[in-house]
Amino acid sequence: MYETKCDVAIIGGGPAGLSAAVAAKKEGAEKVLIIERDVKLGGILQQCIHPGFGLTYFNKELTGPEYAGAFKEEAKKLSVDALLDAMVLSVDGEEKTVTCVCSEYGVTKIHAGSIVLAMGCRERTRAQIQIPGTRPAGVYTAGAAQRLINRQNIVVGKDIVILGSGDIGMIMARRMTLEGCKVHAVVEIMDYLAGLTRNKVQCLDDFGIPLKLSHTVTRIKGNERVEGVYIAEVDENKKPIPETEEFIPCDTLLLSVGLIPENEITRGAEIEISPVTNGPTVNQYMETSKEGIFACGNVVHVNDLVDNVTVESEKAGKYAAKYAKGEMPSRNRTVPSVCGNNVRYICPQTINISGEDEKISLYFRVMAPDTGVFLTASSAGKEIYRKKELRVNPGEMCHVVINAADITGDDVTISVVK
Amino acid sequence: MEKEIICTVCPMGCHIFVEGEGDRIDRIEGFTCKRGEEYGRAEFSHPVRILTSTVKITGADQPLLPVRSEGPVPKELIPSCMEEIRNTVAKAPVGVHDVIIENICGCGVNIIASDTV
Ligand SMILES: Cc1cc2nc3c(=O)[nH]c(=O)nc-3n(C[C@H](O)[C@H](O)[C@H](O)COP(=O)(O)OP(=O)(O)OC[C@H]3O[C@@H](n4cnc5c(N)ncnc54)[C@H](O)[C@@H]3O)c2cc1C
Ligand code: SF4
Repeated sequence: MYETKCDVAIIGGGPAGLSAAVAAKKEGAEKVLIIERDVKLGGILQQCIHPGFGLTYFNKELTGPEYAGAFKEEAKKLSVDALLDAMVLSVDGEEKTVTCVCSEYGVTKIHAGSIVLAMGCRERTRAQIQIPGTRPAGVYTAGAAQRLINRQNIVVGKDIVILGSGDIGMIMARRMTLEGCKVHAVVEIMDYLAGLTRNKVQCLDDFGIPLKLSHTVTRIKGNERVEGVYIAEVDENKKPIPETEEFIPCDTLLLSVGLIPENEITRGAEIEISPVTNGPTVNQYMETSKEGIFACGNVVHVNDLVDNVTVESEKAGKYAAKYAKGEMPSRNRTVPSVCGNNVRYICPQTINISGEDEKISLYFRVMAPDTGVFLTASSAGKEIYRKKELRVNPGEMCHVVINAADITGDDVTISVVK
Repeated sequence: MEKEIICTVCPMGCHIFVEGEGDRIDRIEGFTCKRGEEYGRAEFSHPVRILTSTVKITGADQPLLPVRSEGPVPKELIPSCMEEIRNTVAKAPVGVHDVIIENICGCGVNIIASDTV
């Protein structure tokens, strides 16, 4: 077996891995190695040819390849190493080793000072949402269809129905329409849009594509190939109402029904996983429950904005470099971040109180949409943060910044209140 | 003519109502801020969009090159722009932001590469 060494090993070369690598280099790590299973760096952004990236980080609107390109370039300039066509099989959290198979060296073991997990996520498939009916060809996840159309020049069908109103689904509705397909409907089980309003306007309304809220696909028809789908309105318990069922002839069903963080390797390393995010729990340094193993990007929690991914990944890279050099802040005590009113989850889940003067960013998602609210943080029964927010939405990440010195209690509670 | 426009400048998504004809705007309401008002006026009279797509590329280890319009193009020209994009073949090597189609459909906007191939 081939063996090699590095200071910081990064698993995954998407925007999270690239940003972490650049930050680790800037923090002074000497040998930073990205291990990526694809033959190219850039991750999911390579197929996201639409604009909408970089609005907060670069202050301009870029496409996915441009956004990734900026970090690829910087990584190259800073001599970040990359092992491509290399699939990571396991991580040993105690030894700090990474085992992968790659076309160049075969089975390879990498000994690292610290490790960053940046494997992104994968899409939910038909199996996970259990649509009844036959199993014909023509059922794709939206991301798979996106990769085929944008990277491989393969259009998967002509008459399309899309299940799920997330951004990926809506962006694919526009993309397929521009390529000459007919998108008959975007069907959403919830009574509100899952993605950004801007995508509804520019991807659906611009092309007259109907959005069917509170509807779902009840059955798929077709033997060899999809011949159509049945859709129906759902009641308040999300149960289809039989009388409302209608048939839409189509040859393709695209599923845009959510993403799941890719954490087989994380589980294998016995790292604690949050049952809410399905990603590793982390502290403010993006360090997992195993010291010296960091995580960032969609592997931690599904992000809607790559700009947020970059910010948290820079933290992961910076502290991974510090860990490798033995310069982590001291660990005095750990407090959890607790979900209060209308908060679904918070990242980071724990905060290390190092005694240093420090600003701590907490990202969180709400459970239900609301308007005219305050985002608050409190510790030891005292409010330590309050910000007015005109509108909150489960699809858009919220953000508060607190001072470490204000955390006097045994936890920090985040609430969204009227 | 009356139009309801959902402002996409920020996540608030205000509903803006505009009444007028062509460049003439008689009434505009529903916006919360200045940026929204500007957006509402522009979207009513001259709606524009950034267009992104792919063109075929030869001499590369991939079949497609992602491209974008350098600036926004008039919304009504999008179908004809797509026609021109479909009929274009680029040749590697291409650098990010190289011009692939100059002045597409005569609207004064270039189609440029989104990636280095
Ligand atoms: C279709 C789509 C549209 C989007 N649109 C927008 C948008 O308009 N604006 C915006 O800001 N954000 C958007 N996003 C979100 C944004 O792209 C993601 O938040 C971001 O790409 C996450 O980065 P990542 O590095 O965590 O994951 P990824 O980009 O998925 O990268 C993970 C990398 O890890 C590699 N990997 C995984 N497992 C292994 C392994 N075992 N061994 C080796 N390598 C491995 C993968 O090959 C991949 O390259 C969109 C996402 C999708 C999917
Ligand atoms: S009008 Fe102003 S506040 Fe309302 S959505 Fe537009 S930019 Fe946002």
